[in-house]
Amino acid sequence: MVNVLDRKLFRDLTRLKGQALTIALVVAVGVANYITLRSAWRALGDSRAAYYEQYRFADVFARLKRAPDSVAEQIHDVRGVATVYPRVVEEVLLPMDDMITPAHGQLISLPAHGRPPLNDVYVKSGRFPEPGRGNEVLVYEPFAEEHGLRPGSTIPAILNGKLHELIVVGLALSPEYVFAIEPGGITSDDERFAPMWMSESAIAAAFQMEGAFNDAVLRLEPGADERAVLVALDRILESYGGLGAYGRELQISDSILDGELAQIEAMVIVLPGVFLAVAAFLLNVVFSRMVTLQRGQIAVIKAVGYGNSTIALHYVKMVCVIVLIGSLMGVGLGAWLADAMLDLYATFFRLPMTRGRIDLPVAINAIIGSFLAALLGIGFAVRTAVTLPPAEAMRPPSPARYRASPIERVPGLRRVHQSTMMVFREIWRRPLRTVLSSAGIAFALAIIILGRFGKDAHGPILDLQFGRQQREDISVNFTNEVANRGLGYLAHLPGVDQVDGYRVTPVRFRSGARWRDSIVIGLPPDSHLRRLFNRQFRPARLPHSGLLITDVLADILDAKPGDIIEVELKEGDRGTRRVQISGTIDEAFGIQGYMQKSSLHELLREKPTINTALLRVDPAREAELQMRLTDIPTVQSIHRKRTLLERFEEQTGQTMQVITLILTLFATAIAVAVVYNNARVSLSVRSRDLATLRVLGFTRAEVSAILLGEQAVQVFLGIPFGLLLGTFGAQGLLELQADPEQFRMPMLIASRTYAFSVVVILAAAVLSALLVRRRLDSLDLIGVLKTRE
Amino acid sequence: MSEPNPNSEQSAILAAHDVSKVYQMGDVEVHALRGVNVSLYEAELMVLLGPSGSGKSTLLNILGALDVPSSGRVVYRGQDISGADERELTEFRREHVGFVFQFYNLVPSLTARENVALVTEISKTPLNPSEALELVGLTDRMDHFPAQLSGGEQQRVAIARAVAKQPKILLCDEPTGALDFKTGIRVLEVIDEVNRSLGTTTAVITHHAPIASMADRIISLSDGKVASERTNDEKVSPAELTW
Repeated sequence: MVNVLDRKLFRDLTRLKGQALTIALVVAVGVANYITLRSAWRALGDSRAAYYEQYRFADVFARLKRAPDSVAEQIHDVRGVATVYPRVVEEVLLPMDDMITPAHGQLISLPAHGRPPLNDVYVKSGRFPEPGRGNEVLVYEPFAEEHGLRPGSTIPAILNGKLHELIVVGLALSPEYVFAIEPGGITSDDERFAPMWMSESAIAAAFQMEGAFNDAVLRLEPGADERAVLVALDRILESYGGLGAYGRELQISDSILDGELAQIEAMVIVLPGVFLAVAAFLLNVVFSRMVTLQRGQIAVIKAVGYGNSTIALHYVKMVCVIVLIGSLMGVGLGAWLADAMLDLYATFFRLPMTRGRIDLPVAINAIIGSFLAALLGIGFAVRTAVTLPPAEAMRPPSPARYRASPIERVPGLRRVHQSTMMVFREIWRRPLRTVLSSAGIAFALAIIILGRFGKDAHGPILDLQFGRQQREDISVNFTNEVANRGLGYLAHLPGVDQVDGYRVTPVRFRSGARWRDSIVIGLPPDSHLRRLFNRQFRPARLPHSGLLITDVLADILDAKPGDIIEVELKEGDRGTRRVQISGTIDEAFGIQGYMQKSSLHELLREKPTINTALLRVDPAREAELQMRLTDIPTVQSIHRKRTLLERFEEQTGQTMQVITLILTLFATAIAVAVVYNNARVSLSVRSRDLATLRVLGFTRAEVSAILLGEQAVQVFLGIPFGLLLGTFGAQGLLELQADPEQFRMPMLIASRTYAFSVVVILAAAVLSALLVRRRLDSLDLIGVLKTRE
Repeated sequence: MSEPNPNSEQSAILAAHDVSKVYQMGDVEVHALRGVNVSLYEAELMVLLGPSGSGKSTLLNILGALDVPSSGRVVYRGQDISGADERELTEFRREHVGFVFQFYNLVPSLTARENVALVTEISKTPLNPSEALELVGLTDRMDHFPAQLSGGEQQRVAIARAVAKQPKILLCDEPTGALDFKTGIRVLEVIDEVNRSLGTTTAVITHHAPIASMADRIISLSDGKVASERTNDEKVSPAELTW
């Protein structure tokens, strides 16, 4: 048996259905956001932890030229090292039949017996290569899928200059390649980059690495001093061509995954918080009005003997119904979105994802959070209802007191229309409501900007990087440096229009106690195919002497132009040189340093050489050229700029579109709810005034202007703040987004994005206003003559 | 049935001809007006008397173009307005009719002067708001908000607001209904003053029979029909009224 108060509750809610529904939607979006982000964060984080644990992901990584296996023993003796796994890792070209440019493989050795002690391989289908069968490999599953490879298929591979036919025996993933990005790449490219695992004896034979290793991965003992291990490791590997050891935070796959997790973690509180705050505010507005309208009813209910707690509970129940509907919608939406988000992540992050159907504690937290927000929202209204003495409640509330608003003191404004004055005074009477409504609009607008701005920087940054900076069509990396005259040979290959070459060398920059491993790029003075630009899209000049370093590197080293820093070479005589920083450059990618090519040769005490060649080519003859390049034994990798660009755009484009759409819809929910509910409440508060005006001869349009003028002011006040908030939010998000040492997206928001967000907000506001205006048309002109408020 | 009208139809500024109004209240049909004939003549002050439920407010609403009759015609200066659309009715109210309500219906966020200006801004030949407020004796209260005015003062502001556009017709619905005797008399004096000095045709509806003594003509309604209609030969000033 439903009691009478509950029946009142359901009837009140039916009457309020438009408002209840819009608020429930905002709650739903808040809950959905929380569930989506939190579930994705947990699924991704937990999957990573489990994967790393089960497949024994290493703590420390080091590349080197070549060291005898006995060196591994020395490393093992370092204090804090639990496990050392020496491996052979080699870059190979894969001239796939279905591609113009060869794909790049990274061959990783597998021990002769048993599984790798660290960085184990997760074989998804097939089996491990058998010892003694030299041409069997495990292939990275996404690459195999892109090329239709299955166990039993073959792959052509150029190992140390010789073409081999490798047999795929299994498809695999590895914790080392959750986000597979080839050395020097800017994004993952499953079509073009393939980690592959091969028996140690086979790789060693192909690369003359018997009894030696060129890559070491380490697991540390719990509580070990990682920094001390890195220093010790570098010292040991110094004479074996060590390129600098690093921890997990610089391991590319892990650092990208980590960045993503940090970003979700930052949003998991902020984004749902905004929605729930808006819901709380709207519930406050709507319930305050309801309690005012129901003063008489509350008095009667009290007069017949219901207690204060019953009345409080009555309103609390009412809000609970709204929040419950919103939460349930939110849980459903959240579960669906979380799944979609994880599907999206699964295309970037390759790891065995453990995902529950719905994360119950997360859902419960979200629901509790929204209930708390709602109770906070209606707290004042309920208190008013409870503290209303029965007799007082029977009398109409004392008339609203208005004051002249300060804006009227502005000369010239005193002469505005009375209807405009009504709008000003109403706003001035409830400044907090105006501020909070505008804040809601501002947040909605900011959310749209945040959902879209990423796209704005992409176009220009790609144009900068791949249009103005990298002017080549194809870049070729060599396994070793080749003499400058090699460029002459390349210039004569079919289809080559222009050729340029530069020299790259790995170094450790050191300034006092600070150091960082990176590279120095030596550019020829008249380089046509590689130019330097800063993030402000202005060309930068390479100084005649000294070192030009990215400003991020300067920060890391705490060095400034004019300072002399040490450059520890990792090839040649591996000496340490003192070099003056002649300038810094605010580039979008990397932490490299630049020098004149001739200065770099001096630094290395070598003859003029190159190890990267840049080619401008005739598209018609590109296929022929690619074949010739693939045949050159010293070629390590070939990059085709257009493919890289397309891949990048394809990947980011899809994700961006989905995010933009979802966030725009979410923001629209806020804008509609804010404008609709405010206008409804305003209509309820002022229906008598407005009906009076209609009787006095004001047209519907004129009366609408008064009611909706107030909403318009709130929207227009919210817009500039929203633009600012969106801009600052974008800045904050940028800082979280990527590892700043790899990629620094320029802060760039197109006017198109600002315009889009404003248009969406205005459209949502106009739509909501029109819904309310319909009610304005049915104002009771006659009733108003007889009733007293 | 009403008596034949002593005046010709031509001099009636606003007239209801055989007006009926039926409301549907759930399953019940309520006949608020049953074939009413009423005319308002240039510059007269007419009092419409009747008990609650007699249909006087319905009639006033129809005359003031707030409502349309179920049958019959409403003619303003020879023009039938009963078939007018929403826009035309608004236009008619805006141009020609001033309303005074029982509960004043001032806009609380506007001062007395601004409440009057609200109307003068949308009318073609308005009085100056201060002039209108002077007419109702509120010169010194012009910049007060409604919440700072007494009931009588508020009603006088409402009258000033109604007459400021210089309407042809002033319709007052129980203008003293929410006021005490003394204040009520003061308000009636203002209505009388407006009627005499500006020549505005005025209709006052009330259930207080004594108020009828200030009218030029008195119509009584009962059960949705005109019960009687008479000319008042012994018109007294509002100050002399008692009840």
